[in-house]
Amino acid sequence: MELDNVILARLLTTTTLAFHIIFATIGVGVPVMISIAEYIGIKRKDPHYLLLARRWTRGFVVTVAVGVVTGTCIGLQLSLLWPSFMKIAGQVISLPLFMETFAFFFEAIFLGIYLYTWDRFKKPLYHWLLSIPVIIGSSASAFFITTVNAFMNTPQGFQLENGVITAIDPIQAMFNPATPSKVFHVLTSAYLASAFILGMIAAFQLLRGRTDEYYRKALKLTMVCGFVFAFLTAVAGDISAKFLAKHQPEKLAAGEWHFETEKGADLLLYGILDENNEVKYAIRLPNMLSFLSFNDFNAEVIGLNEFPEDERPPVWIHYMFDIMVTIGIYTVIVSFLYLIFDKIKGFNPHSKWLLWSIVLGGPLSLIAIEVGWIFAEVGRQPWILRGYMKVAEGATTADNVGLMFLIFIVLYIVLAVVCSTVLIKMFKNKPAEVELEYRFNQ
Amino acid sequence: MEIQLVGITVLWLFLYGYLIVASIDFGAGFFAYYGKLTKQDHLINHLISRYLSPVWEVTNVFFVFFFVGLVGFFPDTAYYYGTALLIPGSIALVLLTIRGSFYAFSNYGSKENKVYLFLYGASGLLIPASLSTVLTISEGGFIEKRGDEIIFLADRLLTSPYSWSVVFLAIVSVLFISAAFLTYYADRADDKAALEIVRKFALFWSSPTIIASLLVFITLYKHNVAHFEKMLNYWWMFGFSLICFLAASALIYFRKHYGTAFIFVMLQFFFAFFGYGASHLPYILDPYVTIYTAYTNETMGLTLVVVFIAGLFLLIPSLILLLKLFLFDADYVKGKK
Repeated sequence: MELDNVILARLLTTTTLAFHIIFATIGVGVPVMISIAEYIGIKRKDPHYLLLARRWTRGFVVTVAVGVVTGTCIGLQLSLLWPSFMKIAGQVISLPLFMETFAFFFEAIFLGIYLYTWDRFKKPLYHWLLSIPVIIGSSASAFFITTVNAFMNTPQGFQLENGVITAIDPIQAMFNPATPSKVFHVLTSAYLASAFILGMIAAFQLLRGRTDEYYRKALKLTMVCGFVFAFLTAVAGDISAKFLAKHQPEKLAAGEWHFETEKGADLLLYGILDENNEVKYAIRLPNMLSFLSFNDFNAEVIGLNEFPEDERPPVWIHYMFDIMVTIGIYTVIVSFLYLIFDKIKGFNPHSKWLLWSIVLGGPLSLIAIEVGWIFAEVGRQPWILRGYMKVAEGATTADNVGLMFLIFIVLYIVLAVVCSTVLIKMFKNKPAEVELEYRFNQ
Repeated sequence: MEIQLVGITVLWLFLYGYLIVASIDFGAGFFAYYGKLTKQDHLINHLISRYLSPVWEVTNVFFVFFFVGLVGFFPDTAYYYGTALLIPGSIALVLLTIRGSFYAFSNYGSKENKVYLFLYGASGLLIPASLSTVLTISEGGFIEKRGDEIIFLADRLLTSPYSWSVVFLAIVSVLFISAAFLTYYADRADDKAALEIVRKFALFWSSPTIIASLLVFITLYKHNVAHFEKMLNYWWMFGFSLICFLAASALIYFRKHYGTAFIFVMLQFFFAFFGYGASHLPYILDPYVTIYTAYTNETMGLTLVVVFIAGLFLLIPSLILLLKLFLFDADYVKGKK
C-alpha cells in the first residue's frame, strides 16, 4: 500500500474520529444517566443517588473536555484534509453542521451552570432541570452530526450537473433516507455504552470488596438502564439492516458476504473468507438474511456482484459487523441476567462471574461503538458522497499530511494516558464512602 | 444589506466575541502561570479559576461557531484555506487541544501540577499568535494558486515584518484585555490584594497595544497598500478605538469604575476589529476569495441566516443566565456561593 495523500488523510481522519468517538459517546450518554440518578435521588431523598450524580458528573467533565477539543480537531480537519469535499458538500449539508455548533453551544452553557450550582437553589429540582438542556444539547449534537454522515451515505436534496450543484434543498438533504435509522442507532448505542461503562465502575468496586449500598444502587441503576438501552439498540440495529437492504445494499452485502442476488438468502455468522473468496467455518442461518432485510424469508436480497468492481466496499467489514452484533447481544444477555438474579430470590446478582461479565461489558461496548462505526464508514467506500464523489477526489493536495498524522498520534496518546491517570487519581483519593460521610452526615 | 454582507458581519461578530472571551481566558492562563512563578499565585489564582471554571467550554464554542459558519456560508474558503493551512492549522489545533484538556485536568483533577499549569499558560500565548497568522495570510501574498495547486509560502510568512507585528499585537492585546477584565472581576469580588496585582498588569500592558497597532499600520502599508488606503476611509473607527483606549486606561489608572473601563476596552477592540474587517472587504483571501465569489447558494445562505436568528433566541437568554449566575452575582464572585 502506497502512502499517498488519500491514504494519509484517511488515516488522520480515522485516528481523530476513533479517539473522539469514545468521548463523544460518553458525552451523549452519561448526561442521561446523571440526570436519571439525580432525579431518583431527589424524589426518594436518597443521598446515594445524589452522590452518584455528583461523582459521575465530576468524571464526566474531564471526558467532556477531551471530547470538546477533539471535536474541534475533527471539525477543522474536515476542511484541512478534505477541502474539495467540503467545498461541494458544504453547499448542501452545512445547515446541520451549523446547527450542531448551536446545540454544542447550548450544552456548553448549561453544563457550566449545572457543574457549579449544586447547592445554589432552594429547590433541588431546579438544579435537576438544568440537566435537561445538557441532554438536549448533547443528543441534538449527535443528531445533527449524524445527519451529515447519513447524507454521505444517501445524498439527496440537490442536483449535480457538470460539476455545478443546483436545486438545493437543505432540509431534504438533512432528512435523507439514512437519517432515521442512523440517528436512532447512534443515540441508543451511546446511551447503552455509557450505562455499561458506569456499570463497569460499580461492578469493579464491588469486586474489590467495597460493600456500601452506594455501589449496589449504582450497579442496579446502570444495569436497568443498560438493559433498556441494549434492547432499543437491538431494535435500532434491526431497523438499520432493513434500511441498508433497501437503500445501500452493497454495504449490507459486503458486511454479510452475500455475493449473488438471490431469494431466501442465508445469514452468515462469523467464518473466514479464503483466497478464492470461499466462505469457511461460518454459521449459516437459512433464509435469515432475507428475513432480517425485509421481514420475509423469501425476499430477494441484492448481492455484491451486482455492483461494478471498483464500487464495492471491502469485504473485511464482515468481521466488524460480527463483533458489533456479538457485543450487542452480549450486553442484552448480561443486563438481563442481572435483572433476573436481582428479582428472583435465591440468586445472587453480585456473584463474581456476573460482576466480571458486567466489568467486561464496559470496554466491550466501546469496542462495539468503534467497530460499528468502522463498519458504517468503510462500508461506504469507495464513496465519500455515495454515487457522486469518491474519497480519492476529496482529499487535500497539500504536503506533509504524514507528518501531521504522526503529530496527532502522539497528541492522542498523551491525552489518553493523562486523561486516564487524572480520572483514576480523582476517585482513588476520595472514595464514595468518605464523601458520603462528609457531604450528607454532617 | 446584501446577504453576503449579513453573513460575514455575523461571523465577524462571533470572531469578535471569541477575541474577547478567549483573550480573557488565554491571558488568565498566562497570569496564573506567572503568578505561580512569582509566588503570587495564592493571591490571584483563586480569582482566576473562579471566573474561568464555568465558562471555559463556552469560549471554545465561539471559535467552532466561527469556522463552521465560515465554511457554511463561504465554502470556497474551506478549499483555499484548508489546502494552504494544513500545517499551521494543525499546530493551532494541537495547541488548542493541549490547552483545553490540560485546563480540565488541572482544574478538576489533581490540583497544583506545575507541568499542567505551564502547558496551560504557554499555550495561552502561542494560540493567539498562531491564529492571528490566519488574518495575516488573508492579506494576500502568502498563498499562491499555480494551476490547480494551492501553495502556502511559509518562508515568506515567517520573514514578513507585517506578520510579526500582527503576532505581537495579538499577544499584547490578549494580555491587556485579560488584565482589564480581571481588574474588574477582582474589584467585584472585593479582593483587594488580587486587584492590586491585576491592575498593575492592565496598566503595564495598555500602551503596548497601541504601539503594536501602530506597527501593524506601518507594516501593512508596506505589505498591502490597497488595504491600507481603504483603512484610511475608516479612520474614524480607529479614532474611536483610540479614544476608548484612553478612557479605559484613565479609569484604571485613577481606580474608578473598573466595569466601565472594561466596556471601553471591549469598545476599543470592537472599533479596531470592525474597522479592519470592513476595510478588508470584499476579500476573504486577497485576491482569490471574496464574499461574493465564495458565497454558497441562495437557498443555503437564506436557511443559514434563518437558523442563525432562531438560534440566537435560544442562545442569548442562556448566555444571560450564565453571566447572571457567575459574573453579575456578587455573592458568587466573592466566593460565598
